This record gives sequence, structure tokens and C-alpha cells, in this order.
Amino acid sequence: MKATQSVSVAVPVPAAPAQTRVADWCKQYRSIVLGGAILAMIVLMAILAPVLGTTNPAQIDPAVRNLRPAAERTVRNANGTQTTVKHWMGTDSLGRDVYSRVVYGARASLIVGVAVALISAAIGLVIGVLAGYLRGLDGVVMRVMDGLMSIPAILLAIGLVSLSRAGLRSVILAIIIPEIPRVVRLVRSVVLSVREEPYVEAAIALGARLPRLLAQHVIPKTIAPLVVQTTFICASAIIIEATLSFLGVGIPPETPTWGNIMAEGRALFRIFPHNILFPGIFLAVTVLAVNILGDGLRDMLDPRTRKQI
Amino acid sequence: MAVVAVVVFMLLRLTTGDPAAIIAGDSATAQDVAAIRNRLGLDRPIAEQFVIWLGKVVRGDFGESFFFKKPVAQLITERLEPTLSLAMCTVTLAVSMAIPLGVAAAWKRGTWVDRFVMGLSVLGFSVPVFVIGYAFIYFFAIHLAWLPVQGYQRLAEGVGGFFQRLILPSFTLAIIYVAVIARITRASVLEVLGADHVRTARAKGLSELPVLIRHVLRNAAVPIVTIIGLGIALLIGGVVVTESVYAIPGLGRLTVDAVLARDYPTVQAVILLFSLVYVMINLLVDLTYTFLDPRIRY
Repeated sequence: MKATQSVSVAVPVPAAPAQTRVADWCKQYRSIVLGGAILAMIVLMAILAPVLGTTNPAQIDPAVRNLRPAAERTVRNANGTQTTVKHWMGTDSLGRDVYSRVVYGARASLIVGVAVALISAAIGLVIGVLAGYLRGLDGVVMRVMDGLMSIPAILLAIGLVSLSRAGLRSVILAIIIPEIPRVVRLVRSVVLSVREEPYVEAAIALGARLPRLLAQHVIPKTIAPLVVQTTFICASAIIIEATLSFLGVGIPPETPTWGNIMAEGRALFRIFPHNILFPGIFLAVTVLAVNILGDGLRDMLDPRTRKQI
Repeated sequence: MAVVAVVVFMLLRLTTGDPAAIIAGDSATAQDVAAIRNRLGLDRPIAEQFVIWLGKVVRGDFGESFFFKKPVAQLITERLEPTLSLAMCTVTLAVSMAIPLGVAAAWKRGTWVDRFVMGLSVLGFSVPVFVIGYAFIYFFAIHLAWLPVQGYQRLAEGVGGFFQRLILPSFTLAIIYVAVIARITRASVLEVLGADHVRTARAKGLSELPVLIRHVLRNAAVPIVTIIGLGIALLIGGVVVTESVYAIPGLGRLTVDAVLARDYPTVQAVILLFSLVYVMINLLVDLTYTFLDPRIRY
């Protein structure tokens, strides 16, 4: 009885400040809330694509080619009834519904963005920590990274994609490789500064072994900048994927992506700009949301550069 | 630079697959492939191949294009003018817009000017180059019909037409570059604005403009020049896309065509050339540091 009383009294007291704290936090980090909210909506859209009033994005219908946005058409069903279909974003030159393609296209962009960001961050973290901690390895690894970085990212990705069969996996791989050096450089620079800290020396003096030292003292220090960098890599990966698909060397047109919808719309752009307009807007908004989120995360995690860059 | 050459070579060597098999075609026998491999020197040790390859590249011999059936070096020189004009026009535009914007944002820190410039900057590197390109074409060339939609005219065929067709692509390409440079300019200028010598300059009665130019910008220049150099990577990537959007027959377009045609010698040569340009420009940037900041010595 006594225990329940103390709980019921204790709960409301911190609850009120907690609420204002959330509000304050949201106010202070407006960009995280804004970027996160837009991004959440796009992720939801990608996941819920089948129930958002879409039709099969790959379904070709020669009868309704090149409809303008918001065009309606009546379809006669098998049982004689009629339904009206509205193409909010029109149809493309093969009669496919642009709205469905754009909604499904979010999947490719997000998968590529997240996969590239996570994998390149993981690989970069391992290489960066090792290069920063093992002096012998440092020189060789960093020269290789410098070499990779001296090739502009999009060119390297184009070159790599051209060597293998185009597809989701090869595109992801082709974008990861140019992104890894950026992570390695960042992680290495953090590791180099951390290893001279007194508390690391203290840990060594206390007999901590290398794996424990890295896991307990060194790696946690790299997490904050790494999270920020990962967000920006995600944004850049989405752009590179769209660019590759747009140039026709990325994900083949059976899978709709914002880039290849635009690529297919190029031929008739003057007459039917909607094929390029809608995926372009979604692409730009998504990348913008990721970048805003990244800026917000940097402000939160790295107070030194806050409001400067 | 030597390291870069080794890395590029290894990258090409490891990823090209077997060029001899590609040249020989589907119906070739094992002997045919071996013969071609011998002719191309692919059966020699890697180190020896590298020396031979490097020797040829230094002499400007990139081999022959599979697709265009011409020496790659000739192909590249033909496509050089459009790309070079586009790049120079873009850099000029970008620098002349970005630095004033960045300085203004820093000077009016926290006001709407600052927020406006920073907002534009985030927008600038979030919208992909080809989306900007099509938005520009739609608005300026089709809707307003001020400028030609696509195409390129050589400088020799008239200066007016040359610039008329270069304006839209250059602006398109300049936007992302402006975004990055303006951001760094603002950060760098902000740092210098707080310094003692700026307060002194103001205290002795100098008006704002000379203070900003002579005392602030001069000292804030090193990071700005650095990012102009590093931004060349963005520019090169952008050239590939912009030339496709605007149908400009330059090196970027050549890259895409070569990739689509699986024309490896051309792809290799173009990537190597672009990387070389990127590295050289950054070397040049490093050298300008000594001029901008006398404390830096090599």
C-alpha cells in the first residue's frame, strides 16, 4: 500500500517538466523535427505504397498513353459495372500511372540511401579505427583512400556500374565505394585525437586490452560525428542513385525509381513535363529533408560548430 | 600523384574483366583470346604492364575506342571545347555569386538575409542537377521562350549564339557550387569578423565595405579557395549530367555514351583525365595558399 502511494505521488511531479522539456527540445532543434517529419512521411509512403490508391506501377496500357495530370477515365469492369480512375499525375508514354510509379519509386531511393549510408559507415568505421590505431597500417590505407577520393564520386560510381550488370545491388555497391574514404578520414581523425587523451593512457595503464580499449573508449567518441556524416552520405547516395538511373546506367526501368521515371520522360519533356516534374519534386524534397535532418543532428551533437557552418 | 596513378591502374585492371575476351567477341576460341591477349601484352606480369601502360598514357596514348573506332585521345580533344567552356563559365558565375552571398550572410548574421542565403544553400545542394536543369528549361526556354532549349554552338561560329546556349547550362551547374562556396564563405568570414584587427579597422573609422574586402575577406580566403578546389569534384560530376540534359557534345556526354556502349578504353581515359584535372587543380589551390597567407611555407 505504501509503495503504490509513493509511486502515484511521484509520477505526476516530473511529468509536467518532461512535457515542456520535449516542447523546448523541439523548439531548439526545429530542423531535426522538420527534416524527421518529412522523411517519416516519405518512408511511410514507401512502405504503404500498395494501399495508397496505386495501381501496378509496371502495368502498361496503350489506350491511355500520355494523359495529363488529373485526367479521369472510365474503366469497364468484367462484371459490367464502371469505375472511374483518376490519374493524379497523368500517365507516361507507355500508359503507366505516374502517381503509382512515383510512390513506388520512393522505395528504391530510400533503400539505396539507407543501405549505402549504413554499410559505408560500418566499413569506414572499421578501416578508420584500425588505420588510426595501428601506425603501420595508416600510411598504406590513407594513400589508397586518397587515390579513391581523387576520382569524383559520380564518375567512380558510373565507372563501377558500367562494369557489372545494372541492378539494385550493383548500384548500392558502386555508391558505397566512393563514400567509404570520407568515413575513414573522419573516423581516423577522431581516433588520432582520442588516443592521446589522458583517460586512454589511464585505461592502457590499467591493463585494458586493445579490443576492450577500442570498444569502450575510442569507438564511442566517433559515434556522434559518424551519425551526422552518415546522414549526409544518405542524402548524397540518393542523389547519385537518381543520377545513375537518370543517365540510364542505374536501376533498369522495370523497377520504378525517381531517376529512371525522369529518364523515360525526357523524350517528351516539352509536351508532357509532368513525367519529370513529379519525380523531380519528390526527389528534391526527400534529399532536402535528409539534409535538414543532418544539419539539425550536427547542431545537436557538435555544439562547437553550432550555427556556424 | 604516383599513388593516384597506381590506384587508377589497379582499379581499371581489377574491374575491367578480360578485355581480350571482349575484343575477341562471343565466337572466339581460346586460342584467339590468347593471341589477342599476347598482342595487347596482357600476359605479362602486372608490374611490367603497368610500366607500359603508364608510358603510353604519359605520351597521350589511351588506346583505341571500341565503339567510335578512333584513337581515344582524338575523341577527347574533339570534345574538349564544350566542356571547357561550360566549366569556365560555371566557375566564373559561381564564384562571383557565392562570395558576395556568403559575405552578406555572415555580415548580417541572424537576420533574414542570413536565413535566406542559408536556406538557398541547403536547397541548392539538395536538388539534383538534372532536376534544376529541367526546371530551368521548362521555365526559361519553353514557358518564357527567352533562350534556346538545348544544344551547343562552337565559339568560332559566333559569340552571341555561343553564350546564348551556354547561359542555362552554366547556371544549372553553378547552383550546387554556389551553395557549397557560400556556406564555407559565411563560416570563414564569421570567424574573421570576430578578430581584433577587424575591430581596430572599424575603430579607426574605415567604412564597412573596405573592412569587409581588405581585412575580412583577405583573411578568410584560405578555406574559400580550398572549397573552390574541392568543389571541382562536384563540378565534374555535374558536367556529366548537365551535358546530357542540355545535349552538349562534350566530355561528360562522351562518358555516358561510352558507358552505355561498354567502351572501356574511353571510360578509363575520361575518368583518368577528370581525376587528373581534379588533382592538378587542388595542387594549384595548395600553391595559392602561400600567396594568400604568407605564414604558410612549403
